[in-house]
Amino acid sequence: MIRLDDVTKVYKRGARPALDSVSVEIERGDFVFLVGSSGSGKSTFLKLILREERPTGGDVYVAGRHLNKLSAWRVPHLRREIGAVFQDFRLLPNKTVYQNVAFALQVIGKSKHHIQATVPEMLELVGLSGKERRMPHELSGGEQQRVAIARAFVNHPPILLCDEPTGNLDPGTSVGIMRLLDRINRTGTTVLMATHDDEIVDQMRKRVIELRGGQLVRDQDRGVYGLERV
Amino acid sequence: MRLRFILGEVVNGLRRNGTMALSVVLVTFVSLMFVGAAALTQMQIDQLKDDWYGKVEISIFLCPENSTNEQCAEGAATPEQEAAIRAVLEEGALSDLVDTVYYESREEAYDKFVANDSEGIWSSLTPDQMQPSFRVKLADPEQFEVVADATEGLPGVDVVRDQREIFSELFRFLNAATVVAAALAGVMLIAAMLLITTTIRLSALSRRRETQIMRMVGSSRSLIQMPFMLEGAVAATGGALLAVGGLYFGVTYLVEDWLKGSVTWVRYIGTADVWTVAPWLLVVAVGLAAVASVVTLGRYTRA
Repeated sequence: MIRLDDVTKVYKRGARPALDSVSVEIERGDFVFLVGSSGSGKSTFLKLILREERPTGGDVYVAGRHLNKLSAWRVPHLRREIGAVFQDFRLLPNKTVYQNVAFALQVIGKSKHHIQATVPEMLELVGLSGKERRMPHELSGGEQQRVAIARAFVNHPPILLCDEPTGNLDPGTSVGIMRLLDRINRTGTTVLMATHDDEIVDQMRKRVIELRGGQLVRDQDRGVYGLERV
Repeated sequence: MRLRFILGEVVNGLRRNGTMALSVVLVTFVSLMFVGAAALTQMQIDQLKDDWYGKVEISIFLCPENSTNEQCAEGAATPEQEAAIRAVLEEGALSDLVDTVYYESREEAYDKFVANDSEGIWSSLTPDQMQPSFRVKLADPEQFEVVADATEGLPGVDVVRDQREIFSELFRFLNAATVVAAALAGVMLIAAMLLITTTIRLSALSRRRETQIMRMVGSSRSLIQMPFMLEGAVAATGGALLAVGGLYFGVTYLVEDWLKGSVTWVRYIGTADVWTVAPWLLVVAVGLAAVASVVTLGRYTRA
């Protein structure tokens, strides 16, 4: 589903590479944690998959596409196959919960009929039935993140990228979000989650990929956050 | 769905950036008004040329007796010289340019003169004091110079006059007015373009959240950019429509109601000509917005 072949990314000529000869393969349906401290290359890793950046060296394959050769006008089609969730939720503050989720379908040209059928279903999946008409500021952080997940997943993409989805949430709320992501993973969706949250990683016992200084230092099935942590 | 979405975004954007949009409308209005005025002035000039040049003729005055002109040192033009001049006009290389040649004798010139002199101021003149001339009508009035050059040096020719000279000053004035209007239009158009650019940029910045999400979920670039482009285009088109309206009222009140009533011997442009100019003003407005969009949007809504 996602494959990086000897990928190097250098932002500025002569600078230390943000990613240094990284090779990883993530299969369809995998649940993978991407861990590492700030500046370890996690964000670059995700940006390469979303093709917000192009690799300096090596090849990136996502959902059957060779991203090095993907022309700019096809990038939107790639992005429709990748749902993305962020630490800061990125909801539209002037739209209701329902409208926020519907927006993701509207702007890729789905019919009104399709939207009306899909959005309530998705809100039910993330546990927000009955809160369709709330505005984002009326929701708790955990609920806001659920809206963001509903928006990312409403088009049923085969890949879900999560960049520190629990970074702004308290531990109890985070557990709920992780359960939701696990449920989504069980529908066959590949989930790649970048995180700092060691407790979550340790609890979930999923595959862990660790980056340090741009290099892949660990790729472990059923791993924990980090052996050397204090 | 898509169309409704785009239109909704356009309306929202225009409302949110109301004052900016209004300024775009006004600036394009004024600039296109100048463009239109320049175009209409040129149309008026063309019309005047059509009307008047067809009527004007070249007068080749022949040497009278006792002329102080060097060329006429040998005295009055002889019949042979007159025949030679006529031959140059009617048979030589010039014959293509010349429509008709009419010989006006001293007596005819005198009769005409007297007929125009109702108050008898010139009653002491005699036919002998008049100058015979060839009155030449040209097939193409623009070719005046060629005919004048070819006949001016001929023996027996005193001076060559073109009635166009009477109008040329007026046309020069009108052309200068066109240049001034066009220059102002140019400056205003640049201002309009910069304003549209700024408006689009502001609009894009104020909707950065939306466009960011749209990129993230895989909206096509055209859907992301279309609302901004249309916003600029709608505002610019609004300006163009106002300009057309302005020109229409200008022509109606200034030309049709006023000039036509007071200076009647000229055929003027009318509101029909405004409709000829109108589509071009719209094209300029939309083109302006398009250029501004292309310049701006690449940077602010990249995929």
